[in-house]
Amino acid sequence: MTKNIMIVGVGGQGSLLASRILGNAVLLQNYDVKVSEVHGMSQRGGSVVTYVKYGDKVASPVICKGEADVIMSFELLEAARWLPYLKKDGVIITNTQQINPMPVVTGAAEYPADLVEKMKAAGAKVIAADALEIAREAGSEKAVNVALIGMAAHALGIDDETLREAVRISVPEKFLELNLKAFDLGASHSA
Amino acid sequence: MKKIMLGNEAVARGLYEAGVRFVSSYPGTPSTEITEAVAKYDEVYAEWAPNEKVALEAALGAAIGGGRSFCAMKHVGLNVAADPLFITSYTGVNGGFVIGVADDPGMHSSQNEQDSRHYAIAAKLPMLEPSDSGECLEFTKTAYDYSEKFDTPFILRLNTRVSHSQSIVETSDRVEIPVKPYEKNIAKHVMMPAMARGRHVVVEERLAELAEFAENCPFNKVIENKGAKIGIITAGPSFCYALEAFGDTASYLKLGMVNPLPKRIIEEFAAKYERVIVIEELDPIIETHVKALGIKCDGKNLLPICGEFSQELIADILLNKKNDCYTLEDNIPVRPPVLCPGCPHRGVFYLFKKLGLYVSGDIGCYTLGAAQPLAGMDTTLCMGASISALHGFSKVRGEEDKCVAVIGDSTFMHSGITGLVDITYNKGISTVVIVDNSITGMTGHQQNPCTGFTLKGEPVTGIMLENIAKAAGVDEAHIRIVDPNNLKETEAVLKEELSAKCPSVIICRRPCALLKYVKREPALTVNADKCVGCKMCMKIGCPCISIVDGKARIDATLCTGCGLCTQMCKVGAIV
Repeated sequence: MTKNIMIVGVGGQGSLLASRILGNAVLLQNYDVKVSEVHGMSQRGGSVVTYVKYGDKVASPVICKGEADVIMSFELLEAARWLPYLKKDGVIITNTQQINPMPVVTGAAEYPADLVEKMKAAGAKVIAADALEIAREAGSEKAVNVALIGMAAHALGIDDETLREAVRISVPEKFLELNLKAFDLGASHSA
Repeated sequence: MKKIMLGNEAVARGLYEAGVRFVSSYPGTPSTEITEAVAKYDEVYAEWAPNEKVALEAALGAAIGGGRSFCAMKHVGLNVAADPLFITSYTGVNGGFVIGVADDPGMHSSQNEQDSRHYAIAAKLPMLEPSDSGECLEFTKTAYDYSEKFDTPFILRLNTRVSHSQSIVETSDRVEIPVKPYEKNIAKHVMMPAMARGRHVVVEERLAELAEFAENCPFNKVIENKGAKIGIITAGPSFCYALEAFGDTASYLKLGMVNPLPKRIIEEFAAKYERVIVIEELDPIIETHVKALGIKCDGKNLLPICGEFSQELIADILLNKKNDCYTLEDNIPVRPPVLCPGCPHRGVFYLFKKLGLYVSGDIGCYTLGAAQPLAGMDTTLCMGASISALHGFSKVRGEEDKCVAVIGDSTFMHSGITGLVDITYNKGISTVVIVDNSITGMTGHQQNPCTGFTLKGEPVTGIMLENIAKAAGVDEAHIRIVDPNNLKETEAVLKEELSAKCPSVIICRRPCALLKYVKREPALTVNADKCVGCKMCMKIGCPCISIVDGKARIDATLCTGCGLCTQMCKVGAIV
């Protein structure tokens, strides 16, 4: 049995750190793990996706349509874009922050309205919160990735202590306290 | 020790553990992190070369000199390095030599899809292909023993999903391998016809030995599942996708050595199954080999040559299985990559479009200047081609006052210089714009000969682009340096040099906005009372600016205060 987690967002939002933290958390539990990242062209403000898979033995590094147990999204439109990758009964955790893609900026397309409601109406289990605000409350907008991991804590099926230990391993000492605070604040939105 | 590592980091660890002494590479996604990671080990000398040809030649020199050596590149980089690559099989090595090449099926960050296995076949070199980080480390390390045993370089074929996926590796200590003695041997190392004729015979004999070795190579593995009627022959990441799709309902022959391919293992494996399927991304290389052995199999008759594979693609095509999934009715707008907020290239491309120029483009972040709304590029071919292709375009069309080449600092050093020499030598009058952001941007901020630092972070005297232009024969009066964030000045200089009847070089110099030392200015704001909603500021394609209720609005969290939009605004609404 493998657990499939997708981390999606806009290039430059810091999803690589989130995937490192999850990779470390999974390793602490002695699972086999594969984490697949996107580098290069897509990092320049494009749509980016990271796959984290763990279990007794992981074969493919990628996650396909209908396979994700959890999708963590740094941005609302990206949550909607990757929704078809969610497994039936999976959970999608999304930041409600909106970043306009270039076709919206130039007026060639519109940012769809009410996406959280529409994803729920489609049958998906959605947890949505302003992770940027949670990170600000913890002390820095940069902690948004750890706030999201906190929000996803329940769905991830990894215990809080392991996740906190993974944060400890993955972030610099001087930012540890504010990141742990972001995790706890995020976790209060995780049910 | 058990660790989680990126495939590229695992290759670097393998190099370290194998006692490699010399690494020379040119950055290229998805291969870049190998060289960045290996540079962190003090025991290994590592450098960025100006291009892949130089890197491979330097590494070959190091191997002839008796040290274990390595060079890495992306698939198209191997095209640049093809000339020395083909000669390596003739000269052989002294110290072990491994060449890492990373293919990019699906073109996550490349201009084409290319199967590097063709090079191994054409250059008559052995090739290994790992499928995860654990194998990256193991194959890399072992390749050095093989390289020295057979006196040939080994090619390590990687792939975006292998290079950029993290999985578990088992690390061990470095083994120090002393530099081997060097003995002069012109019959082996001086490749002129008389000697090369003798070496070609050696190459063919070695290839036959390697083919025999492939029959027993521990990297070619059979995984048998009881009751399976399907036998899958596969390699690299395709093995991972196939395993996930078929599980234990099939048996697998996973080839870790993909050139030369074994004969007997394939025949023995195929004989056991009712149906044989070859699953490989890109070109049908294993399939062609299997068919040449007289074995009936499925492959590219069912699976695509174009694009990347996944378990979903394999399950859909071969098992007719599809997962249920949630869908929305809304049309989700695409989110293509864009030039970053504050990018110094933005203004240059706005001006190209404004002046209605034919723009001969090149490879780098600035290729994004081709996208709407900037749309300031006509061609992007390969590294360095902006300048040479402009020369040809201008010669046949005779419209040199309406054409420019645009190229980055690192790409100019890679292979732009010779194109400029073509222009000056052959009486061209073209204008070359070098967008000098003082770093190799697209691959994630690597140093280059112009930046003043080496890969290991040591300060050096940076090469001045203006000096190279002068040495290449451009008149000093027509080598211009401008700040691309000053639109007025840049436009004026562009117009002057386009009308000049001699070759010219315009260096648009401003560091990448993402560099740590670049200070961010305070975010700009729109005075809504002054804004007339004319959308002039939208023409520069800045991701910070949007129109809300008919007026411009700037996202303060993204804006770097570069001031380009302030210059665009005719009513002074942006401050």
